[in-house]
Amino acid sequence: MSNDHSGRIRMMQGNEACAEGALVAGCRFFAGYPITPSTEVAEHLSVKFPKIGGRFIQMEDEIAAMGAIIGASLTGMKSLTATSGPGFSLKQENIGYACMAEVPCVIINVMRGGPSTGMPTLPAQMDVQQARWGTHGDHGIIVLSASSAQESYEQTIRAFNLAEKYMTPVILLLDEIVGHTTEKVIIPDESKIEIVNRRKPAEKPKDYLPYRETEDCIPTLAPFGTGYRYNVTGLCHNETGFPTNDNKIIGKLVHRLVKKIVMHADDIIEVKKTMLDDAEIGIFAYGSVSRSARSAVLKCREMGIKAGLLEPKVLWPFPKKEVLAMARKVKAIIVPELNMGQMAREVELASRCAVPVHKLGRVDGNPIDPREIVDMIKGVV
Amino acid sequence: MFNYLEYIREKNFPHIWCAGCGDGIVLKAILRAIEKSGISLDETVMVSGIGCSSRTPGYVDMNTLHTTHGRAIPFATGVKHGNPKLNVIVITGDGDATAIGGNHLIHAARRNIDITVLLYNNYIYGMTGGQCSPTTPTGSRAATAPFGNIEPPFNTSGLAIAAGASFVARADVYNVANCEKMIAMALAKKGFSLVEILTPCPTAFGRRNKMASPVKLMEWLRDNAVPAAKWKKMTEEERRGRMETGVLMDVDKPEYTAEYEKLVTSLRTGK
Ligand code: SF4
Repeated sequence: MSNDHSGRIRMMQGNEACAEGALVAGCRFFAGYPITPSTEVAEHLSVKFPKIGGRFIQMEDEIAAMGAIIGASLTGMKSLTATSGPGFSLKQENIGYACMAEVPCVIINVMRGGPSTGMPTLPAQMDVQQARWGTHGDHGIIVLSASSAQESYEQTIRAFNLAEKYMTPVILLLDEIVGHTTEKVIIPDESKIEIVNRRKPAEKPKDYLPYRETEDCIPTLAPFGTGYRYNVTGLCHNETGFPTNDNKIIGKLVHRLVKKIVMHADDIIEVKKTMLDDAEIGIFAYGSVSRSARSAVLKCREMGIKAGLLEPKVLWPFPKKEVLAMARKVKAIIVPELNMGQMAREVELASRCAVPVHKLGRVDGNPIDPREIVDMIKGVV
Repeated sequence: MFNYLEYIREKNFPHIWCAGCGDGIVLKAILRAIEKSGISLDETVMVSGIGCSSRTPGYVDMNTLHTTHGRAIPFATGVKHGNPKLNVIVITGDGDATAIGGNHLIHAARRNIDITVLLYNNYIYGMTGGQCSPTTPTGSRAATAPFGNIEPPFNTSGLAIAAGASFVARADVYNVANCEKMIAMALAKKGFSLVEILTPCPTAFGRRNKMASPVKLMEWLRDNAVPAAKWKKMTEEERRGRMETGVLMDVDKPEYTAEYEKLVTSLRTGK
């Protein structure tokens, strides 16, 4: 989408771009709770939604907001909430519910540093593992990342498409720099934007099984109120949606919840490569840090150092194949990130010790300067 | 005779409740009240939290949503706000609604969103084995109050009234006719309505409090849950330790989803 320059140009904050992306994706329900640095998503939709018949509600807390979007999604509405670090922690139980009951919804988390209330107004990327493992129990999850207002717009649309396609919660992670930087966004013509809607049941209500076993592992949930009377629960359930204690069925269900994402990883995963073909030093970076990394690559090239960049647009499922391919070509990998190595560990695992992986972690609320990356690369070379 | 089979999911029986539990009596009262109020099963969603009472939706043939502990009301809020045409019933218990879900209860009442909350009050956490709940009477024994509860209990109906609910009633499973009537009135009410239904838990509450037999608990309800007409004539002394049943609050005020719809219309038409 970003290669299409024929669209309208607007100046937008990352958070506002998320809200605009949600509108285009067909989202018509937002429930949230005020929290810095993500509140602008809610504020923007509180203006837009009532004008077009969309539903906005400010709930009494973060937990309630997550519950409300699941309830709304079950009526067939594409639903969104937005939050930041501590609020994201509070949402985890119901995110697990959405994984288990397979209810599509999108959670935007404009990360803040922690632990606890941490750094409300400073950039951090400390929720990348929480996004993967924050809720209890084995499950698959899709987590996207955005590094600019443009990507915030596009990734929000993609988040809804993936949620609807795979019947799962999708998390979009921004950091404070991306959420609060106002910059150019090219808005393509709506006819050129792909929009995915969840499947509708083909069978009559009497033959309908919400969690019917299918080859693609994706269930078909009819919107409430359309004559398909079924049960939704967070307990382990069978194809009918009712709780079960049958070990065989329970085992199958949990396996399927993980497999549903794993078997479609190639469709979900997206990476962007910059000068990686002949690179001797590979950088793995996401969010605002990938912008510093891009500029570091250019600086290195000027100095005759062959650096390249791998930017995951999808953090989970983790782009293992892409990282391994890079690891087999380069002499070392640098992972700059605004945490103490949460993704560097994944890169190390995925590269299977083919090359050394160097962490460049910042947790003091400062962004990572391209010069820091260049210095580390020079040290490694 | 009322045909329960038209309303239940027969294949999910036998139910999980203990012998002597009051929850089955409430279930039957709900089904009769649904029939009375004439709402369509296809357009009704029953949402519950966690606990013995929250298993009710599994037995009712409609769209049912069994959620996380304490969170039935937020899920229900999403369902109602997402599609205001749906009738939304919440089934919850004293622990689910007044402890872990207390915040949601008061805010849904304040918002006056058109949801009917049927709160089964059995004074205890039944499913987890009899721990103290916010409605356990002072002095009663519980698995986590082995020497008697030292905390005062919530007046759950009073809480809902204070928070702004437009309809609040109390009922009990001894006086089943009144229970059915209160539920039907709550279903008919446009706005946030709550019926606190006193129901015995012989297994987790009765056994620890010298009322192990379900009959004892029923007798206790007979003697202590007092219909409004009789309540009015009682002295302060006679009222102590007893509860008034019947309609406690019934007022018309702006309902949330209707107000939202008005906002949408005024923004669209400029009026
Ligand atoms: S534990 Fe109590 S409330 Fe639960 S089913 Fe048994 S009697 Fe009923």
